[in-house]
Amino acid sequence: MTQTTPREATAATRAPAVALRGLTKRFGTVTAVDGLDLTIQPGEIVAVLGPNGAGKTSTIDMMLGLSRPDAGTVEVFGTSPRSAVAHGLVTAVMQSGGLLKDLTVAETVELTAALFAHTRPVAEVLERAGLTEKAGRRVAQCSGGEQQRLRFAMALLPEPELIVLDEPTTGMDVEGRREFWNAIRADAERGRTVVFATHYLDEADAYADRIVLVSGGRVVADGTAAEIKARTAGRLVTATWAGISTPEAVALRALRGVEDVELRGDTVLVRAADSDAVARHLLTTTPARDLQITSRGLEDAFLALTTPGAPS
Amino acid sequence: MTAAVPSAALADRRVPPLGGFSLTFLRLEVRRLLRNRRTMVFTLVMPPAFYLLFGGLSEAYRTDSAGRGNVSAYLVISFAVYGSMLANTSAGASVAVERALGWSRQLRLTPLNPVAYMVTKVLTAMVVGALSVAIVNVVGLVTGAAHMPGWVWVVSALVAWLGAIVFAAFGLFIGYLVPSENVMQLLGPVLALLALMGGIFVPLDQLNHTLQDVAKFTPAYGVGVLARAALLDTGVDVAAIANVVVWTALFAAGAVWRFRRDTARV
Repeated sequence: MTQTTPREATAATRAPAVALRGLTKRFGTVTAVDGLDLTIQPGEIVAVLGPNGAGKTSTIDMMLGLSRPDAGTVEVFGTSPRSAVAHGLVTAVMQSGGLLKDLTVAETVELTAALFAHTRPVAEVLERAGLTEKAGRRVAQCSGGEQQRLRFAMALLPEPELIVLDEPTTGMDVEGRREFWNAIRADAERGRTVVFATHYLDEADAYADRIVLVSGGRVVADGTAAEIKARTAGRLVTATWAGISTPEAVALRALRGVEDVELRGDTVLVRAADSDAVARHLLTTTPARDLQITSRGLEDAFLALTTPGAPS
Repeated sequence: MTAAVPSAALADRRVPPLGGFSLTFLRLEVRRLLRNRRTMVFTLVMPPAFYLLFGGLSEAYRTDSAGRGNVSAYLVISFAVYGSMLANTSAGASVAVERALGWSRQLRLTPLNPVAYMVTKVLTAMVVGALSVAIVNVVGLVTGAAHMPGWVWVVSALVAWLGAIVFAAFGLFIGYLVPSENVMQLLGPVLALLALMGGIFVPLDQLNHTLQDVAKFTPAYGVGVLARAALLDTGVDVAAIANVVVWTALFAAGAVWRFRRDTARV
């Protein structure tokens, strides 16, 4: 009778890692976050991508209980952000600051560990963040990348279900960024939920399973990198069509979902939301051959979706 | 249904007792303060140095009596209070530095309760305050000029130590008021003025009457009178106790008020 059925346990663990509903934050007359809705499931690696001032940091602050929404609700694993923090369910790596220069790397981790009910051993998190050799170094003497890995080590301490990273690699050199992401990547393989804000497109593309594009305090696109690239700018279908005539090109332009047709000698370039339909048409009803379908870059999608007035 | 059910992970996890207060945190806080060279000179070297500079070992002070002891003993107590004031204020005001560095924000990403944080700051202040009082007393003892009964040494040192808690509250208040890493540079002269007005550097009867009347309402006055009471055999001064209690309450309320504004804005 006291036994918990597996189904009940599963239902309970299925509370979303993050549930934001109608989240709104205003600073004076500026609305930083404007009725944002977002649900993140456990185990997802999500990039929150957007230009500066899109509302990424304000959203993350509310997710962590660092600030209160003016409207809407925040739930982290079915509880309030403050409670999730106190239980060690969620930790964060913030953009900059937040370290005492006069402590050593090991002391900083030791101090943070002392504040939680239960943590992994200090030596273990230093190892996982690649800081074992830097343990005795003063924080003031650490490079930007080392300081960021220290923040990551602190965030690993309570073995959280969710790690939130706010622009974690800002100001790091290429090598520092690579090492930092390697540490995160290795850690995420353990099944932890990771949410990171970034304005580096390549980071979102390379490290996230899902990209949430934020602009003007709202979610403007949500999906895998490939979905977002396709959704906005469409795909580019290129084919060789010897002797294509202008009326034939105009007919292509008239197909549903085609945005643009360009002729370069014997090569025809078709931009379309539904590249499959275009490809099928080209291969079955025209002499076109050597067909290629390419996604336009995430950068195109990013600009199209986050530039006010641009078609999306 | 599922959305309303807190995660099973929540049930497996505990919130630390006592709002995250821990002795490791306290130990590291004390170590940080002791590592800071400026704080050390300020709180552990200056007070005994002042005792010597102000003539603690002079023939006149050695022979002039003051209550149950001599004037040198009076100076030992005064500079123990001064050291305790400096130590408490430095420890409290360190929150200004931590706010400037973003460390306070980082701590809000841990289970640490703000009350536990402030208690840790006050206890850190008291540990360093105890060191400062001890050093002045040891210098007073080994240089041999100061004379007072053994129990007066002990009682006055304890009162100097505990009474200076008003300055831990003062330091916290200023720490939340002034967003600066250099807050102690501002507080040094302020503390010197408060010590003067509180009759720590020179007996108040050497000031003019108006100043004497004002001085009784300044924050260092109460702890000074109470610390000297055993030596001067003046009994328990209710006004002095009220001075310490009221100023401590005012500074603590100010710290809480500023703290609330601070966290509302972030």
